[in-house]
Amino acid sequence: MDLKGKKITVHDMCLRDGMHPKQHQISVDEMVTVAKAMDEAGIPLIEVTHGDGLGGASVNYGFPANSDEEYLSAVCGAVKNSKVSALLLPGIGTVDHLKMAVDCGIGTIRVATHCTEADVSEQHLTMAAKYDKLDVVGFLMMAHMIEPEALLEQLQLMESYGANCVYITDSAGYMLPDDVTARVALAREKLNPSTEIGFHGHHNLGMGIANSLAAVEAGATRIDGSLAGLGAGAGNTPLEVFLAVCDRMGVETGVDLFKAMDVAEDLIVPMMDDIVRVDRDSLTLGWAGVYSSFLLFAKRAAKKYNLSARDILVELGRRRTVGGQEDMIEDLALDMARARDAA
Amino acid sequence: MSNKITVPSGKVKAAIIGPGNIGTDLLMKAMRSDVIEPVWMVGVVPDSPGLARAQDMGLKTTAEGVDGMLPSMKEDGVQICFDATSAYVHAENSRKVNEQGAVMIDLTPAAIGPFCVPPVNLSNAVAERKMNVNMVTCGGQATIPLVAAVSRVQSVSYAEIVATVSSKSAGPGTRKNIDEFTRTTSRGIESVGGAEKGKAIIIINPAEPPLIMRDTVHCLTVDEPDQDAIRQSIDDMIVEVQKYVPGYTLKNGPVFDGKRVSIYMEVEGLGDFLPKYAGNLDIMTAAGLRTAEMYAEEILAGNFVPSAA
Repeated sequence: MDLKGKKITVHDMCLRDGMHPKQHQISVDEMVTVAKAMDEAGIPLIEVTHGDGLGGASVNYGFPANSDEEYLSAVCGAVKNSKVSALLLPGIGTVDHLKMAVDCGIGTIRVATHCTEADVSEQHLTMAAKYDKLDVVGFLMMAHMIEPEALLEQLQLMESYGANCVYITDSAGYMLPDDVTARVALAREKLNPSTEIGFHGHHNLGMGIANSLAAVEAGATRIDGSLAGLGAGAGNTPLEVFLAVCDRMGVETGVDLFKAMDVAEDLIVPMMDDIVRVDRDSLTLGWAGVYSSFLLFAKRAAKKYNLSARDILVELGRRRTVGGQEDMIEDLALDMARARDAA
Repeated sequence: MSNKITVPSGKVKAAIIGPGNIGTDLLMKAMRSDVIEPVWMVGVVPDSPGLARAQDMGLKTTAEGVDGMLPSMKEDGVQICFDATSAYVHAENSRKVNEQGAVMIDLTPAAIGPFCVPPVNLSNAVAERKMNVNMVTCGGQATIPLVAAVSRVQSVSYAEIVATVSSKSAGPGTRKNIDEFTRTTSRGIESVGGAEKGKAIIIINPAEPPLIMRDTVHCLTVDEPDQDAIRQSIDDMIVEVQKYVPGYTLKNGPVFDGKRVSIYMEVEGLGDFLPKYAGNLDIMTAAGLRTAEMYAEEILAGNFVPSAA
């Protein structure tokens, strides 16, 4: 694979996707400290939001330690060169949240839908595109669930609503490099040349780095990762590892590798409640194609109802659940416990 | 209302505005009603299949919008209209039919009239002779009765609902303006459900075969929940909703976890025009018709004469 000379933008997820393993309890101070250190390391984009996006504060997904507004205004005020992004899932957050985030000073808004439902983002992307200088990104989750051609149609919808960058998102960490190549390459061929393509990986099958490289080779110029892998499931593509590989391969990221490694080791790892890694349950997510943030919910339900988290996750995959259906997990666990007791 | 002695005879004539999926499903339900007689179907597309179907069923039709019906609606005796179009045109539609002395039942998210969730507050709307009532949202109709079931037992500081619907049952109107769903439902959870603060989440799932509408209701009570009273109240409320949506089913719960009360529901539709999985759409049309029937009973009993304000 020859990627020499390619220029990409990396986007760190610790302070948004990393909210999942932290049960949304990262403090404002921690966010500011981490964001400043990332800024210092030259990471160009940092996402800051509740794990489930703006307005995610809920019984269903978990109440965060602070509000999105508090996190965003603190971090936007603390960074010098990095741009801050916020995530929004239509159906959870609204354009009111989007306006609030813009007022806090974000430079990028990412509007995320399930891979077949891009049209629910029209309202939000259209509104976002009206802001001067706002980087407007469409983000198609669980992109492994449909074929490249069908995915392309959805990406084109987001492009038509005003997204200047669209993402192929492997929310379940299910994809293999060929899956990524097929999707990114077709998108690169058919989308407007000025539309950027991004890839967001999860490391549930240990493929975060390989998949991200495949994406770059096929034409993606934005790659998500998180330092030390702090993210849902087995985490996102571990960013410092990806940066080291990029350096070896001659891919230009503009990030200071050693500083990024230090942020991962000295700041992020100590924040972890449990080490984010490929374990039996997060591996199951990747194998069964299940939304990564279901992990802790399945573990908790398994404990409460004396079931196996792996069994719950496999069943969630079989039922083709999508992102946001966390409420399904206790419901399903109750069904499974009843079936067990009846047997 | 409950003190009427004679059972009224006859039917109240009604018009349905919007011959799409919702309007057609509503028509099929209304054809079975003992007190409602659909006489008009109003559309805007001349060759729409919905208009053709209504015509086949013996209704008068127009493709000129509400204006096409206005000249003769009084003569035709239309006293109740259903709006199954969009929030954008609803206010105009409502003003026009109200002027002709017809009550407007709003199935759009426009919500210019008070919210109506039949088993919770329908009798208030009818008692107050409201000329426009709004049916909130599908998620609202499916969940607000349960929020009310908890809040009538004890104070609820926060209620949150998650409505999961199949892709095939989420129409273009909902998709284009999904924020309207979350905002309107949240407000309904508060004003009709009785929670101090409400939040609504909607998830669209494309699985095949399409999933039946699922709804989760989480309530946070102010004091420790009175489990027995809440269980009973929920069971009673479900029986009320089942009177017009027989497939309204408690799947699991209530689960009590500290002050959290969680209820897991499934809503299967009747499968009139819309498929059974689209319980979200069925509960709207069924609730709209239920509302119309309550008005009709009052009209037939001579207790209420709808008129231009």
